[in-house]
Amino acid sequence: MTNPTTAAGNNPAGESSNDASEEMFVAPRQHLLDLDDLSVGEINDLLDSAEGMLEITGRDIRKTPALRGKTIITLFFENSTRTRVSFEQAGKILGADVINVTASTSSVSKGESLLNTVKTLQAMKIDALVVRHPHSGAPYFISNHTDASVVNAGDGMHAHPTQSLLDLFTVRNNIGDMAGKKIAIVGDVLYSRVARSDILAFQKMGAEVTISCPNTLIPDEWTLGSTLGDETGFGGLKLARNVEEAVDSADVVMALRIQQERQDAGHLPSLREYSDRWGINAKRMALANDGALLMHPGPMNEGVEISSEVAHGAQSVVEEQVRNAVAVRMAVLYALCAPGKSSRIGGSESNSGNEA
Amino acid sequence: MAARKLAITGGRVIDPAQGIDRIADVLISNGKIDEVTAGTTGSAPDGYEHIDASGKIVSPGFVDLHTHLRDPGQEWKETIVTGTRAAAFGGFTTISAMPNTDPVQDSAAVVDDVMRRSAADGLIRVLPIGAISIGQKGKQLAPMGELANSGVIGFSDDGNPVTDANLMRQALSYSVELGLPIINHAEDKKIGAGGVMSAGTVATRLGLAGVPAEAETAMVARDLNLAALTKARLHIPHISTAGSLIALRTAKESGVDVTAEVTPHHLTLSDEWVYGLKGVVPTTVGPEAYDTNTKVNPPLRSRADVEAVIDAVSEGLIDIIATDHAPHAATDKVCTYNEAAHGINVLETAFSSVFQLVDAGKISVVRLIESLTSGPATILRKDIGSLKKGFSADVVVIDPGSKWIVNPEQFESKSVNSPLAGVELTGRVVTTIYQGETVFDLSDVVASAGAKQ
Amino acid sequence: MTNEMERVLLTQDDIRRAMTRISHEILEQNRASSDLVLVGLQTRGVHIAKRLADSIERIEGFRPIVGTLDPRLWRDDPEVASGQPLMPSDIPEGVGGKPVVIVDDVLYTGRTIRAAMEALLDFGRASRIQLAVLVDRGHRELPIRPDFTGKNIPTARGERVQVRITEIDGDDAVVLGREG
Repeated sequence: MTNPTTAAGNNPAGESSNDASEEMFVAPRQHLLDLDDLSVGEINDLLDSAEGMLEITGRDIRKTPALRGKTIITLFFENSTRTRVSFEQAGKILGADVINVTASTSSVSKGESLLNTVKTLQAMKIDALVVRHPHSGAPYFISNHTDASVVNAGDGMHAHPTQSLLDLFTVRNNIGDMAGKKIAIVGDVLYSRVARSDILAFQKMGAEVTISCPNTLIPDEWTLGSTLGDETGFGGLKLARNVEEAVDSADVVMALRIQQERQDAGHLPSLREYSDRWGINAKRMALANDGALLMHPGPMNEGVEISSEVAHGAQSVVEEQVRNAVAVRMAVLYALCAPGKSSRIGGSESNSGNEA
Repeated sequence: MAARKLAITGGRVIDPAQGIDRIADVLISNGKIDEVTAGTTGSAPDGYEHIDASGKIVSPGFVDLHTHLRDPGQEWKETIVTGTRAAAFGGFTTISAMPNTDPVQDSAAVVDDVMRRSAADGLIRVLPIGAISIGQKGKQLAPMGELANSGVIGFSDDGNPVTDANLMRQALSYSVELGLPIINHAEDKKIGAGGVMSAGTVATRLGLAGVPAEAETAMVARDLNLAALTKARLHIPHISTAGSLIALRTAKESGVDVTAEVTPHHLTLSDEWVYGLKGVVPTTVGPEAYDTNTKVNPPLRSRADVEAVIDAVSEGLIDIIATDHAPHAATDKVCTYNEAAHGINVLETAFSSVFQLVDAGKISVVRLIESLTSGPATILRKDIGSLKKGFSADVVVIDPGSKWIVNPEQFESKSVNSPLAGVELTGRVVTTIYQGETVFDLSDVVASAGAKQ
Repeated sequence: MTNEMERVLLTQDDIRRAMTRISHEILEQNRASSDLVLVGLQTRGVHIAKRLADSIERIEGFRPIVGTLDPRLWRDDPEVASGQPLMPSDIPEGVGGKPVVIVDDVLYTGRTIRAAMEALLDFGRASRIQLAVLVDRGHRELPIRPDFTGKNIPTARGERVQVRITEIDGDDAVVLGREG
């Protein structure tokens, strides 16, 4: 029953694509749902743009008219102060009107609520919907029912693309070209959208990614001590046997938050055991390369997945990640909502002769 | 109404119960089969209405052991009227109504009411299935003797598994003297742990919680062992994994009285359909992914499991095909994957979808028809599913070359939750006759082409 | 690097002379200004501003501060912006109370300059803002006029004026070509 004709632009073999084409802002991109369909060139453009945005966030007057008259709604079905605030700030610095909507998933009739909420918002002219939802795929569903641009601020266990962009931005600003660098991600992979998105993001930029976590927190079909094939969608990902193996000679060590729910669901005997066996502390950090970065998407459980010493130590760039969040989200919102963003008159390499 | 005389001539008549596979005529009168002739004259005898079936296949009407009519209780999804119409369109002349209605069919009162209304309003034959436990809550046995008297053909708590092994053992044991099968939805929900699709590469990429195959195989193994212990009849619904088949084979070889069914979707769709591209695996996930029309229980499995169940039904290890027709309204499907209800709308696409396997050489057309007619009839121990003289004239005419594109908006079913929308299929039921009367004719549908409902 | 479709309007020497002249003109009009700020617009305007600063330093012995500005987010017509990503702006010590000369390569509709002036406001209240451009190709759509001009080149709308400078393009030239 499989239809042998491929959908437009899709590759039926399921290979992961490390597409190195340098197209810049080619087709008007309407949504940012995940990083998997951004080319390396597009990612680099967003990161370049974020540099410009970062400078603006450092000014006394943090306001530009770029998205003036645009309406951005943050639609969060999960609590998250920091992510929501950074999106709100990003939109406001760009001059947009930002409205925050908090919604609940435990409403009267399940799906009706989400669909009706989106349709109601659709009736008011909005330009962008920044969505965080506990169900994987929710932003994809929403994008099918609205004309607004949808930005995925985290969907279930699936993806958190803006987090990965700011992680890439942070690494790039500290280390430069990521090709061939070793990234170690330690923590819950099965349930973590940050892990999934970061793996894809760093692999796309040419880095070698290794993960380490309890066997209960990776999919059953993955085996510790192996390297994944392309058919998994994460081709090249190394699964370390233990955390020491993962961080050894790493250029970046990313510690992920481990949640109490994992212990409650029986995946871990205790958070203390997790900390003993996988916690990133000074001794483990010492196995990484000199000058290796220590990262964490936040909020941190100090003493569990990361010791206080390294969390606030010299190698930690956690605060930088937080600062970069607004700039990266500004770049994303601008890329999606700025009018006529896609057309290039006169080309970008040759001169701006027709601009001034 | 039953006085009609009908001759269906010149078709390839396939009646596995009688070992018939030849060009012949089928003669019907008074609602019963009179004869399957030795050859064809190409014309009808005097006084007979004539259906010219040359180039077509003529088979007994299909028999479904697993249908969710949603009536009583959820009539916005389907009713006895719309469900039996959908069945007729799909070539089914007998369906078996699962008891997970509201109220549950766990008492004679409810079953009798469903039977009365089916006889009055249903377009084709509806057989009742009784609940295993009261309210399907899995705590206390339902009054199985009383239900047997009302005519149930078996007992099931579908879509809940009987999680208490002791209750399952008692149900099997109690059913022995009634001679009716226990049909347990085999799913260990603890192993499944909240998964919404099959565990595997697709689930990992999409970030959806996965149900491992072992959630089914573990309980199938338990049920087979209990059936052996109690010497009862066990019928395994919607079997879907290679692991379950291993246990099934061993059990059959050692004499356990077990039969098994597989659904059309588990024979033809894999977990890759959740990407929303009709089974194509994309390099990047797009907005068509998380297609809730693929959400079903048991979930669509890996391609390896699909191949295994195809081989098993072809070989006969899996006895029959049953639809598990599960209509759902838009509110239960137009939502996130996690929120969506489990179930696929099957009756009107069942035959055509599995017919693709015949073209692909995976199963013979005779075996296919057997799995839809004499196979189920044998499990039911009823005189249906065959063109034997004196049997109810339930006949289906199939055009094996007809190409059509599935359009759920045109379904007779009240619901449209099929993942096959837009898929082109080859092979189609063109006429369905029940008790000698035509209950579906494709040429009428094509002529009127009106919007349903 | 010129092809048949292009016509050289200014050669490397022409550009050098123009910049020297502009430097003198800037100095003339900003006599007492040791706090003069040249703000170059990304991308080529920045390099031109730097060269002007070098030139002024050679002539007068002091070097004006050179700032960079990307006015992209203040444009009213972002669709004509180049596909390049937003670049950081940097004006050391701001412009509050100081005379500013905005420096760009080509002046056309005037919209970039309007955006630049508004963007500049966020860096403080300049005492005066002037405009220096290497080429003025006409077709203004706003009431903007340059104070210092390298060369006036009347053009048709379908034509393209391309300024090449060594730091970016490998050579110095101003070239006229057809659109597309």
